[in-house]
Amino acid sequence: MPLIIVFGPLVGAIIAGLFGRFIGDRAAMTITTGLLILSAVLSVFVFFDVAIQHNEQLIPLATWMRIGEFEATWSIRLDTLTAVMFVVVTSVSSLVHVYSWGYMSHDPHRSRFFAYLSLFTFAMLSLVSANDFLQLFFGWEGVGLASYLLIGFWYKKKSANDAAIKAFVTNRVGDFGFALGIMAVFAIFGTIQFDEVFAMAPSMVDTVWTFGPASFQALELVAFLLFIGAMGKSAQFFLHVWLPDAMEGPTPVSALIHAATMVTAGVFLVCRCWPLFDLAPNTSTVVTVIGAITALFAATIGVVQNDIKRVIAYSTCSQLGYMFFAAGLGLYDAAMFHLFTHAFFKALLFLGAGSVIHGLHDEQDMRNMGGTRHALPWTWMLMIIGTLALTGVGIPLLGWGFAGFFSKDMIIEGAFMAGQEGAPFGMIAFWIGCFAALLTSFYSWRLIFFTFHGKYRGKKEVLDHAHDSPPVMLVPLILLAVGAVFAGAAFKDSFVGEDSFAFWGDSLTPGPYAIANYGDQQHASPYDEVTADGADHGAEAAGEEVAPADDHAAPAADDHGAAAEEHGTEAGEHGEGDHGGGHHPPMWVLFAPFVATLTGFIVAWLFYIRHEGLPARIAARGGPLHAFLYNKWYFDEAYRFIFVRGSEKLGDLFWKVGDRRIIDGFGPNGFAGAAMNAARRLSKIQSGYLYHYAFIMLIGVVLLTLWVVARAGGQ
Amino acid sequence: MTAIFQSLPILTAITFIPAAVAAFLAAMKFMMRAEDSSWLDRNARGVSLMTTLAVLFLTIVLVMGFDPSNPDFQFYQEVPWFAEFGLGYRMGVDGISILFILLTNFLMPICILASWNIKKRVTDYMIAFLILQTMMVGVFCALDLVLFYIFFEGGLIPMFIIIGVWGGANRFYASMKFYLYTLLGSVLMLVAMVAMFLQAGTTDITVLLETDFAASIQTWLWLAFFASFAVKMPMWPVHTWLPDAHVEAPTAGSVILAGVLLKLGGYGFLRFSIPMFPDASVMFQPLVFTLSVIAIVYTSLVAFRQTDIKKLIAYSSVAHMGFVTLGIFAMTELGVQGAIFQMLSHGLISGALFLCVGVIYDRMHTREIAFYGGLVHRMPVYAAIFALFSMANVGLPGASGFIGEIMTMAGTFQVNTWAAMGAALGVIFSAVYMLTLYRNVVFGELTNPKLEAITDINAREWIIFIPLIAGTIFLGFFSTPVTDMTAASVNQLISDFTAATAAVAN
Repeated sequence: MPLIIVFGPLVGAIIAGLFGRFIGDRAAMTITTGLLILSAVLSVFVFFDVAIQHNEQLIPLATWMRIGEFEATWSIRLDTLTAVMFVVVTSVSSLVHVYSWGYMSHDPHRSRFFAYLSLFTFAMLSLVSANDFLQLFFGWEGVGLASYLLIGFWYKKKSANDAAIKAFVTNRVGDFGFALGIMAVFAIFGTIQFDEVFAMAPSMVDTVWTFGPASFQALELVAFLLFIGAMGKSAQFFLHVWLPDAMEGPTPVSALIHAATMVTAGVFLVCRCWPLFDLAPNTSTVVTVIGAITALFAATIGVVQNDIKRVIAYSTCSQLGYMFFAAGLGLYDAAMFHLFTHAFFKALLFLGAGSVIHGLHDEQDMRNMGGTRHALPWTWMLMIIGTLALTGVGIPLLGWGFAGFFSKDMIIEGAFMAGQEGAPFGMIAFWIGCFAALLTSFYSWRLIFFTFHGKYRGKKEVLDHAHDSPPVMLVPLILLAVGAVFAGAAFKDSFVGEDSFAFWGDSLTPGPYAIANYGDQQHASPYDEVTADGADHGAEAAGEEVAPADDHAAPAADDHGAAAEEHGTEAGEHGEGDHGGGHHPPMWVLFAPFVATLTGFIVAWLFYIRHEGLPARIAARGGPLHAFLYNKWYFDEAYRFIFVRGSEKLGDLFWKVGDRRIIDGFGPNGFAGAAMNAARRLSKIQSGYLYHYAFIMLIGVVLLTLWVVARAGGQ
Repeated sequence: MTAIFQSLPILTAITFIPAAVAAFLAAMKFMMRAEDSSWLDRNARGVSLMTTLAVLFLTIVLVMGFDPSNPDFQFYQEVPWFAEFGLGYRMGVDGISILFILLTNFLMPICILASWNIKKRVTDYMIAFLILQTMMVGVFCALDLVLFYIFFEGGLIPMFIIIGVWGGANRFYASMKFYLYTLLGSVLMLVAMVAMFLQAGTTDITVLLETDFAASIQTWLWLAFFASFAVKMPMWPVHTWLPDAHVEAPTAGSVILAGVLLKLGGYGFLRFSIPMFPDASVMFQPLVFTLSVIAIVYTSLVAFRQTDIKKLIAYSSVAHMGFVTLGIFAMTELGVQGAIFQMLSHGLISGALFLCVGVIYDRMHTREIAFYGGLVHRMPVYAAIFALFSMANVGLPGASGFIGEIMTMAGTFQVNTWAAMGAALGVIFSAVYMLTLYRNVVFGELTNPKLEAITDINAREWIIFIPLIAGTIFLGFFSTPVTDMTAASVNQLISDFTAATAAVAN
């Protein structure tokens, strides 16, 4: 079954990509969409089997590389983390496939489009089901490739091509770190299998990796390099520049790749490698800081953008920041929870925006919209649901709310608790989280009001022809809306609450919130379970693999045990709780995000409904702050100046001065000039030098022989 | 059975069949009247194709009969030849050389097919290629210094001729440059070989591999061999002949140049420098690392600024060869295995990229990037194939290029983390130049009216590309068929090397 989930989309991609021209668009679309829906259905079964029934599996398929200890395999690793990602990826992807039937109905290259979408899904699934770092990297690069192809899908447009290259290259900067991280893992641990690395990690805390004048804590180095990779893929501060430009791609792509799934791969990577990050406090602090900065920074830019897709893109960037600072503070479960809920409501928002764009005949500038809710009533309602979920609307004490309410508030409260326990930047992250929530609320409602309310500002004939989307596009939106409403409430206990210990199993540690509240009744840590059935585990491992695995299995189980003990004590301390008697944060903390969200809504209402012309006047008056935000903190300009111009200049310098003037000028051209003149004068045969060469070689052989003969004769 | 098979002179057959056919063609041409030569020209292509396919078949038989668990030379053959001076005709293959023979003979039929449109002096052209094949295969089989030298240097003569006669407008300058560079290296290598003979009293490579050269002599010998191999690689700063040679060479010439001739340097390092001069290799390791990292960064940036498609790919070759030297001199199992893999993979990928250039050059007779743009509208299949090999060149996992790069870098990381970090920058730059090239040539609007009538690839070109696509992707997903083949010999190389350097250290 897992094989069908992973390889079904690949089969679809191959059929649609290679044979799309022969079987026709419709057949290609049917096959890819059908296979993906199949994948999605099977994923749900696998989810129950793995996450609820705890039938974790490891399915080895083939060997990719094997040089001594350096062994990479093709396999499907099924644990709860993978199962969660399976559900997210296949469900959103299949809905996007269906949606694209409507959205791309006028495009002449539909089979190519569907092939790319399916290829992306395959790569993403192979990423999340990896059992070693290299397969993860394979999926990582695969999704990067699919993203490149889909951003540049309309290859006639120069801007699309540029955006595609920018995305790929920026991601490659991250991959530079990721690849080095994999090398560091191998150099330090001598293996790249997840389980072996994580089992060994606790014993590596004091290991130092020295090279040249520099020396680093081995685990910090590994975690940091991996995080650089995560920053690239998840568009974190410094490496975020590609994501807004990626909106050049068709909107379904933005929903699937640049909101719901691919960009969350960085978060997934950090969560997958939590045993490393957990033991690398300094790097975790870096993760927190970068995440918090991104959450705030992207939100500030989102406030002033006018392109409907870009607003949502910056919103994605900002929400990814939330996930990262949560992970940096050790709230891996909350990060995954937010990833899970975010996938639904962000895909909903993007597809809703696509519906607006489709309905208004490719208009993306919100300044040319307004008052469209009468023309697009379904889209309007669904977008409002998405917005309610994104802004995390809910009532704190009743525990009732939209999906984002549970996951985002969990992050914000968790940050507060972590901060109280002295986690570096925990408190700052909390306050940034609250403020970014205010901004989120503001820009989200601004988008709704700007697009659907007020007076229409565009060309009249566009509005006259405006139409709501066909059912093939609305049904996926409705299904996503269901997710956006209920995904939080339904899965809260499993992801971050009472059941989280059993739910995550070995794949993830529950965060401090769950440990503090439910830790006493449950095992203190997932590693305890490992200890409990350590023998089973060892036996299993030995059974699955061939004989040599035996040496591995036993110490691995031991190490697990040791780690569990350490962890257990730590958790115990947490459990005893130094935070003022209760396991819950103070009341005002629970209400802080609620107030922030409400404030954002009110301000947006004041600006865009009550005083409709006000923002335009503020924007017109400009002012440095607006310009600074509108131009995205001038990152693009700075990067263009430093990196693009820099590499062009350097390339020219090396080529024209280094190669031509210095190396050639002093080297061959000096000789060649003389030799060529001589050759021209002496010989009319253009290739005379060839004979010279052959002659010289012959002389060489003769000399060698003579030398040998002379020496032999002399003896 | 195997024993009998091993004693057959199959290596000699594989090496000299092309030369024999070339001699036959030359004799035909010599005896024929001038007015009949067009008949010969028409048939020379077919004869050459059949010959190379037959040789490929024999090579596959050879590879099947090869025992990967045995690290020693196999199919060994020795015929006395000036035996009183220690010379001999000695041929044999081990895990390091056998796959290069396969690569060479795999690329040759493709080159012949790619040259189907050659109009000028077809018979001569085919003769040159067949002789070239003999020389290249001979290099990988030769187990005697003199024999090695003859093949190694002799292979350059047909290459000069191919560039000089069938090359582009500036072919004279290009082959002159090629000549000057290689001459310098060769002379030094020749001197070193003489010195080695004087020391060891034999030219038998199997014996020389066991010989301990004094540390002081090793340094000089190492440098002399390095001069020759570094030019062949080519390493920075002796790389500037390569872009010019590629630009002027006909398509098939470029394929062989990038696919096989560049590997002679890497093979030389593995056969001579590392095992014979281990102490000097350790001593010069920092130098090689520095030059490799410079090569990767420097030539990647230069590639980014090229306006000629072939030059860009040529510079990218230099950068990719930087990974090879890095891996070889890391002297770890992973590094050396990665280097061999990288050489094989680069043979396929860069060969395919030059063929991609050849496809549009055949149609438009220009290699200027600015001339093209929007090819995808007229040549969708070509665009897909070019995209595949561009991505393979970028080092995307799933294509063979990635495996060589990650292995060499991981092998180097253990030894010298800084060098690995420098090399990893290549991961970024390769994406920059390759994607920019692809965008400018294939994507965008079709603005040049001359491109309106350009046609997509034809059946012959399909046949050329299919084996390369299959090879690149298969090796990208399953690397063990290659690495298992090389493992025993590489491990022996490393353990001998470690023992030798440890002995000195004590």
